[in-house]
Amino acid sequence: MTETFKPETSAQVVEAIAWASSEETPLEILGTGTKRGFGRPMGDGNRIIAHAVDLSGLTGITLYEPEELVLSAWAGTPLAEIEAAVAAKGQMLAFEPPRFARLYGGDGGTLGGMIACNLAGPRRIKAGAARDHILGIEAVTGRGDLVKSGGRVVKNVTGYDLSKLLTGSFGTLAALTQITIKVLPAAETEETILLSGATAADAVEIMSAALNSSNEVSGAAHLPAGLASVSGPVTAFRVEGFVPSVAARSEALRALVGARGNVTTLDREASQAFWASVRDVEGVGDGDAPLWRLSVTPDKSADIMEAISARVPGTALFDWGGGLIWFRVGSDGGDTGGAVIREVLAANGGGHATLVRAPEDVRRKVDVFQPQPGPLAALSARVKESFDPRHVLNPGRMYSGV
Amino acid sequence: MPMLMPEPDAQTLARRDEIVAAMRAFVPGEGVIADEKGMSVYESDGLTAYRQMPMIVVLPETVAQVSAIMRYCNANAVKIVPRGAGTSLSGGALPAADAITLGLGKFNRVLEIDYANRCAVVQPGVTNLGITHAVEADGFYYAPDPSSQIACTIGGNVAENSGGVHCLKYGLTTNNILGIEMVLPDGEIMRLGGKHMDSEGYDLLGLMTGSEGLLGVITEVTVRILPKPTTARALMIGFGSSTAGGQCVADIIGAGIIPGGMEMMDRPAIKAAEAFVQVGYPLDVEALLLVELDGPPVEVDYLIGRVREIAEGLGAVSIRVSESEDERNQFWAGRKAAFPAIGRLTPDYYCMDGTIPRHRLPEVLERMSGLSEKYGLGVANVFHAGDGNLHPLIMYDANKPGELDRAENFGSDILRLCVEVGGVLTGEHGVGVEKRDLMSEVFTDDDLNQQMRVKCAFDPNQLLNPGKVFPTLHRCAELGRMHIHRGKMPFPDLPRF
Repeated sequence: MTETFKPETSAQVVEAIAWASSEETPLEILGTGTKRGFGRPMGDGNRIIAHAVDLSGLTGITLYEPEELVLSAWAGTPLAEIEAAVAAKGQMLAFEPPRFARLYGGDGGTLGGMIACNLAGPRRIKAGAARDHILGIEAVTGRGDLVKSGGRVVKNVTGYDLSKLLTGSFGTLAALTQITIKVLPAAETEETILLSGATAADAVEIMSAALNSSNEVSGAAHLPAGLASVSGPVTAFRVEGFVPSVAARSEALRALVGARGNVTTLDREASQAFWASVRDVEGVGDGDAPLWRLSVTPDKSADIMEAISARVPGTALFDWGGGLIWFRVGSDGGDTGGAVIREVLAANGGGHATLVRAPEDVRRKVDVFQPQPGPLAALSARVKESFDPRHVLNPGRMYSGV
Repeated sequence: MPMLMPEPDAQTLARRDEIVAAMRAFVPGEGVIADEKGMSVYESDGLTAYRQMPMIVVLPETVAQVSAIMRYCNANAVKIVPRGAGTSLSGGALPAADAITLGLGKFNRVLEIDYANRCAVVQPGVTNLGITHAVEADGFYYAPDPSSQIACTIGGNVAENSGGVHCLKYGLTTNNILGIEMVLPDGEIMRLGGKHMDSEGYDLLGLMTGSEGLLGVITEVTVRILPKPTTARALMIGFGSSTAGGQCVADIIGAGIIPGGMEMMDRPAIKAAEAFVQVGYPLDVEALLLVELDGPPVEVDYLIGRVREIAEGLGAVSIRVSESEDERNQFWAGRKAAFPAIGRLTPDYYCMDGTIPRHRLPEVLERMSGLSEKYGLGVANVFHAGDGNLHPLIMYDANKPGELDRAENFGSDILRLCVEVGGVLTGEHGVGVEKRDLMSEVFTDDDLNQQMRVKCAFDPNQLLNPGKVFPTLHRCAELGRMHIHRGKMPFPDLPRF
């Protein structure tokens, strides 16, 4: 039976973690818990996780200055609340955070959870990931110290960038309490050009050409047959911005892509719906089959997928111009294809593969996050020690012993 | 001079000959400089007020050499100060009397250009502009453009997380690199990231960027390159007050426009620049705003119109729009020459680098002119208006007794003011030695101790770039200690379920 603390102030988070640290009692750190299935099942040797710190009581936007492009909020603030607040001022979180909760059959999620997982959607190729938009952070380390890093200004090199280090650390270094992020104006309009029938290899090449053109493509994805509302595979290109600019760039792109096959154009509304479905991995991410997320050298993605598919059946969706592959495993040899996938990556320019979804017993035996070479793993472990020497925060969520 | 560097270690100094011999075994020939004349070019960086002769200068050419040097130094408790082109404005590459200055200048090759994946793999000694030069014939460029870009190296850019004029739209160094190879103080060579996005595990790449050479020595960088915008045009707008200028910046961003560059200058800076380069800057205004729009021609023309409307609505005194590349470059010539232009007016100047929330600008400028009177020293301001990064240039004469101290005190007061209004000590120049002793204006002991613990995870013997960034460096063992009060669960009010 887990006892859950639900602090309402940073000071209460400090108290809870300082107590856990003094007792050497591990804690689960969570927001609304929508992404609990993401990561290794927690546990650290024989220590049972009997206590949790639920940060969803730390909620609310504390500062939003649209003209300064800055927003601060408590970590437990629902992401939907933040997106609604910025949308009301014609702004957005430019990294297009996906609704990851849906991959685990839920919905919702908090700002802190999104930052802790460093999520990013299709606009990653142009605008960066969550880590590129974090300006400042306040957090409680495993030592029970309330520390801050960064600030509320866009340009800041005062001290180490601990904000980035904590982004994507899955609550294993510190419990996030307050977060300051950069927001950006939302595009006035957008259009998407769909090319039908391209093979994955052709699609990757065309996406590269489109991204190398001066048309400022803000989304480049290739969907397998049967996903979009067309019969064959579809390759999509998005342009966003001011009305006259989108019209001109969309036309230039149609000429570029149209030389390779039949194209159609999605207007603003259809384009938004299309990219929301790519962002949330709809189709490939549906159901509960094991799901991998591969970050790879973009122009090697088609070869990588071909090599993997020859040995592990499944369905793939390419985003980020090929740099991101979502792979749903059909049937596997017990390890959901992990060994094959990582072997193929290593032979094709590196990158990393994350087992985003799988039953708990599988995630216990298959490395959920890309195993690191010895010296890097040792450095990561020392970084963990520096924040959480008694391993009380989400122990084992990323790597065994970290 | 108020600079207090750690006391040189007498034992290390006594072993200098032995260390020189060891270095010569790792790096043959002219790669080890031990004579005073040869070392003298390394005695300071871009912050010339501080000088210190290094113990030895070593210029390795291979990663294996860097690793061997670091391993030796770690085993023998010898300190190392990494150095790129030495253009740091915060004393980040200032030598230490008992340390080896490790120059990466020979790592000057572009190793690979990969257009299909929009990246380039370069050695750390390649200059910032050198990357753009390597790819511009094919229509690409490297976006971050610090004003020292002709000289500064990419390794130094990573160490300092350099920005530039275009970073509001295109980001800082940290947003434009994909991977690095580095050597840890114990000699271990490791790679972070690569050509893929988001390096795996903890974001150590993000941590390394801006770590000011205190965590590791960078030996290779994979940078993102971008297709060059097809057009760029600029507006030069004069305002009767800095308040109106600041409002214009806010309204442009409020209209959803993120310009490629947006710079502001105050009256003393405008006057100095115009006297120097004669490009037609208006002399009857309090604030001059340069706004550059880049992208497809149709977008640029459209946005020029929008920005012009906004400026007119705010009662701009003068507006000029560039009609040619020559004219656009002319607009920028004054801004880019602002530092040397100030240099003509004063024997010495001291460049500050605070960042403030933009809307506090008029208040900060007003209080700064009060400080200018108090210290009896002139100040001119150039301002990366889009991102709030302020570069006040304090004019002084180092040959007049007491003026340097006054300039430094004036500078410290400006930075305290930046922090007071919600800003920070440094936007892009780094902490180095210059702002080291002001760190506690921003951070609590707990904040700084955690940063130092991270340093210990990389450099447990604290041999890399000593005396920089942290006002007092505690021993790693001491930082690791935990003070535990067992048994109490002192939160009766804490809701639990």
